[in-house]
Amino acid sequence: MRRETLLNAAILAGFLALPLWAWMADEPFIITLTTRAAILALAGVGLNLALGLGGLVSLGHAAFFGIGGYAMGVLAFHAQTYTPLTEAPFLIEGTKSMPVIWLVALITSALAALVIGALSLRTSGVYFIMITLAFGQMFYFFMISWPAYGGEDGMSIYLRNGFPGLNTLDPIQFYALCFVLLAGALWLVSRIQHSAFGLALAAARQSPMRVTSVGIRPRSLHLLAFTLSGAITGLAGALFADLNRFVSPTMFSWQTSGEIMVFVILGGVGRLLGPVLGAAIFIAMEHWLDGVSDYWHIYLGAILLGMVLFARGGLIGLIAGREVAHD
Amino acid sequence: MTEPVLQVRGVSKSFGALTANEDVSLDLRPGEIHALIGPNGAGKSTLIAAISGALTPDAGTVHLAGRDLTGLDMAARARAGLGRTFQISALAMEMSVLQNATLGALGGQAFRLFRPVMRDAGLRQVAQSALARVGLQGHARTRTADLSHGQRRQLEVAIALTLAPRAFLMDEPMAGLGLEGTARMTGLLDALRVEAPILLVEHDMDAVFRLADRISVLVYGRIIATGTPAEIRQNPDVRRAYLGEEASP
Repeated sequence: MRRETLLNAAILAGFLALPLWAWMADEPFIITLTTRAAILALAGVGLNLALGLGGLVSLGHAAFFGIGGYAMGVLAFHAQTYTPLTEAPFLIEGTKSMPVIWLVALITSALAALVIGALSLRTSGVYFIMITLAFGQMFYFFMISWPAYGGEDGMSIYLRNGFPGLNTLDPIQFYALCFVLLAGALWLVSRIQHSAFGLALAAARQSPMRVTSVGIRPRSLHLLAFTLSGAITGLAGALFADLNRFVSPTMFSWQTSGEIMVFVILGGVGRLLGPVLGAAIFIAMEHWLDGVSDYWHIYLGAILLGMVLFARGGLIGLIAGREVAHD
Repeated sequence: MTEPVLQVRGVSKSFGALTANEDVSLDLRPGEIHALIGPNGAGKSTLIAAISGALTPDAGTVHLAGRDLTGLDMAARARAGLGRTFQISALAMEMSVLQNATLGALGGQAFRLFRPVMRDAGLRQVAQSALARVGLQGHARTRTADLSHGQRRQLEVAIALTLAPRAFLMDEPMAGLGLEGTARMTGLLDALRVEAPILLVEHDMDAVFRLADRISVLVYGRIIATGTPAEIRQNPDVRRAYLGEEASP
């Protein structure tokens, strides 16, 4: 427990120190790279709530990531073309304001997660994996065949969206926003983990019958966890789109779902900072190994294999040891 | 005449051509241990499932303290006051013993997302006194997977206790226990009946005859006799069923 706390602090300190150093050394690319890691970490923190705490192996989280991305894309697209989203029954205009976009991303992805969860949670195990995958693919092909928002080509947003009082085009300022959201999500997940809900959710993963027999329905727990999880991943999607100033159906692809899951497994399933460490290492490997070989994924695959076979707690588990039951 | 706490009336359940329960009725009165015995395949598990809400019977009703439970699911029945233990321990193995007990103390109210649950003094009080009751007070911080088999059975009872149930439904609490464990569990159940009556399914006949105020015998899905241990011991139908002579006229 102590060691994990130290490790967590070290990881977060790294996420503060690296961009700060890059800012002073005038290395904007490093800042952008860290921003990317922080945003993908946020997506992983979302998934970890379902996968780690709830034991729900979702291979469809790209759906929420993509919905968040398109929430940003659609709103900003209408704002930059000065066309309203809809005029009837009442006028809805686009926006370039990040807080509004985030709110829309959170709400739409939460609603999608609620509906997908309500349908998917009727199944479990491998069927749950397949049905979430299927929902993800449905969104993917839907977006490809929707020409109004770029279809297969996606949409470019020419200017990054604004945040009151900040210049979001300055990499370090945009990074600060992303880091604050990541820290906020981590705080929220940590609160949930130690709450009555977190206790029941973890118990439902280990023994559904135990939870039922004390008067709690596992499926209600799972549905709430899945919805919150989808909302956090959706927020990450909105940030990711803003980072790239571009959205495309790729955000909905199953590879995206897979990558988010890789962050969680690499770092440690169910460990608070697991997806953060996982995303950082993924991005680092992607950056450095890509220079060594085009086929850098083979190294990632080998590491992942070793992780799954020999270190079930991921990197965090490897360093900090088995999770200790909180008294 | 006191009103029974748990009332099972006319429960029938078939699986295809197989009749698991046929018109089963039984009562659980305040302060009693009512044992349900019967040979393997007699339909005990089906009856327990029908009472606990794990499966829906084809016919029949279940009332707990005057409230109709028919049609409620397991979670709702647990909240209504049915404290259950399992034949095979159902516990959150990676959690501490105290966490398992705290889970029961929540009383079905799990949708609180912010307050740290293990620092809630009220819940801790309920959980710890239940652990003390079964003799696990020294193991509150132990990981549940590290408990012995007998201690896990005790923890099951403790969790059921945290629900402050109106009736206990215990499915073979002695299963797999040694002599010492059985003796401890027998003592525990003996004291527990004053808190809430116990419907006890058990294979250990010594324990059953020592503990039970009344015994019901289930054979081929029907209750063939209900009575005090002495009556059951002398009942010719029961003797025939247990000696395996059902086939003879």
